[in-house]
Amino acid sequence: MTEHLPILQIIVPLISAPVCVLLRRKMLTWAFSLMVSLAVLCMAAMLLQQVLESGPISYALGNWSAPWGIEYRVDVVNAFVLLLVSIIGAVVLLYAPSSVAKEIPHDRHYLFYTAYLLCLTGLLGITITGDAFNVFVFLEISALSSYMLISLGEDRRALTAAYQYLVMGTIGATFILIGIGLMYMMTGTLNMADLSSRLPSMHGSRTILVAFAFLIVGMSLKLALFPLHMWLPNAYCYAPSVVTAFLASTATKVSIYVFLRFVFTIFGVDFAFENLSLSTFLLPLSLIGIFVASTVAIFQTDIKRLLAYSSIAQIGYIMLGVGLVSATSLTGSIVHLFNHAMMKGGLFLAVGCIMLRIGSVDLADWQGLGRRMPVTMAAFVLCGLSLIGVPMTVGFVSKWYLILAALEQGLWPVALLVLMSSLLAVIYIWRVVETAYFQAPADGAAKVKEAPFLMQVSMWILTGATLFFGVSTSLTVGVAQRAAEWLLGGSQ
Amino acid sequence: MNPGLYNYWIVIVLMMIGFYATIARGNLIKKIIGLNIFQTSVFYLYISMGKVSGGTAPIVGDGITSYSNPLPHVLILTAIVVGVATTALGLALVVRINEAYGTIEEDDIFSQDQAS
Repeated sequence: MTEHLPILQIIVPLISAPVCVLLRRKMLTWAFSLMVSLAVLCMAAMLLQQVLESGPISYALGNWSAPWGIEYRVDVVNAFVLLLVSIIGAVVLLYAPSSVAKEIPHDRHYLFYTAYLLCLTGLLGITITGDAFNVFVFLEISALSSYMLISLGEDRRALTAAYQYLVMGTIGATFILIGIGLMYMMTGTLNMADLSSRLPSMHGSRTILVAFAFLIVGMSLKLALFPLHMWLPNAYCYAPSVVTAFLASTATKVSIYVFLRFVFTIFGVDFAFENLSLSTFLLPLSLIGIFVASTVAIFQTDIKRLLAYSSIAQIGYIMLGVGLVSATSLTGSIVHLFNHAMMKGGLFLAVGCIMLRIGSVDLADWQGLGRRMPVTMAAFVLCGLSLIGVPMTVGFVSKWYLILAALEQGLWPVALLVLMSSLLAVIYIWRVVETAYFQAPADGAAKVKEAPFLMQVSMWILTGATLFFGVSTSLTVGVAQRAAEWLLGGSQ
Repeated sequence: MNPGLYNYWIVIVLMMIGFYATIARGNLIKKIIGLNIFQTSVFYLYISMGKVSGGTAPIVGDGITSYSNPLPHVLILTAIVVGVATTALGLALVVRINEAYGTIEEDDIFSQDQAS
């Protein structure tokens, strides 16, 4: 049984998605998908434990061994990402029923859960597979279902946001397809391990250079690296709250994982960062991204849009760590990948609770909310502090490693810029805090209850995680360190 | 021009036509058509790379020693399915957008959003 875990991780949610269509009943499909997502979470935890104990797992699909058949390969890096995606998948589903009931028409609930499970399958599949073409297929499974999830938003602008994301996402995925095709042309293999052993001998080839360029642009589009982030704010802003929380904490994270996998494992550090000096392109873009997106976030009045721009800035931090290419900076990136998912998930879940009760995410309607919904706002503030990087929260841990990495390489201006950009985060979080705590509620504002119990529970799971992993870093940083060493070592 | 690279020239021309249409057209349906042309050019790229000169179709038979690589064809079958799904979803979204806005011109949709 346990030797089949890698495939079960994918097959279980994949088969469950059509079952949801057959079940049809609202609560039934919810209970069923929650069960599935918990099973997926258990499997991901078991996989990570196996990998930590006994090294990478290779699984040959249908018993066709590696270079011929499709191989699923689990090492420290993707086991960690798998765990992250399945934690968020389960927590958000636990949260879903009341929020979905409010924001999505009742006759479409079962379709929502179907698309949700498909999206989860796609994201897990991208992460676990060891085959380059398989990455493309799973990328499209997750992308197509997320377009559908976004279009479920109440506002008609959700439709145009989904359409815009569809066009941009398809261009990105097709670029990745071109890159994979050109690599196959030169090497005759799609297996990642095979690719990484065959590519070094043809580093001078122009075809490989073009493949690399297409892959980098395609993946940057998918992970919303500035200036290819245009699809993100609208998509996050108009999607239903549940969908925003899920996508914001998983979709871009998985794309960053794909970036790490292709650049570090397949092409190798020597090719990407020494021959082509990818850093000279990544560092400025991520720094500009951090500053531009944080500044734009300050001027938003829609809180979901504010958080969406803050997400773009956070992606900048992660890519900054990638661009610095050292064990410390990659540790910072991978930890931030996890940490950002926890805190942004927590923030969007809090926004969802408020959306459920007062029906608005406009900053002006949040006046005095600190007194009207104290528990939810407390979670929002705690996650917000983490976004700023206050000590004892996870945001501090990842920024610490990033600054440490910048100082190690003598790049003190970069360290300084990271510190300064945190001040911008202080401003945009402060605007929300000020409105919610220091302004009296508008006259005639109806009394509101706190959100239902299950929503509170899942919101506090993520908020608790941002505090817990901010103090006890052995699990996250420990695994991230091993993952960073694995990425750097795998290429030597 | 090297006649051996004829296929790839076609691929590049199609790719650019499709990409241009996707970016420059304001009509949502035309954008989807552009996207389709763009994706089709990639299908051609894959099919072209599978060709072995002088090779036949990859079917086992007497006296066949050289045959084209069938793997890219199989890969592209998957990519075609993905392309069909994307087109279908894109068109479905356009229908919904048309119902909600009464237009499928990007500029009109934008000005309606600004007005509201």
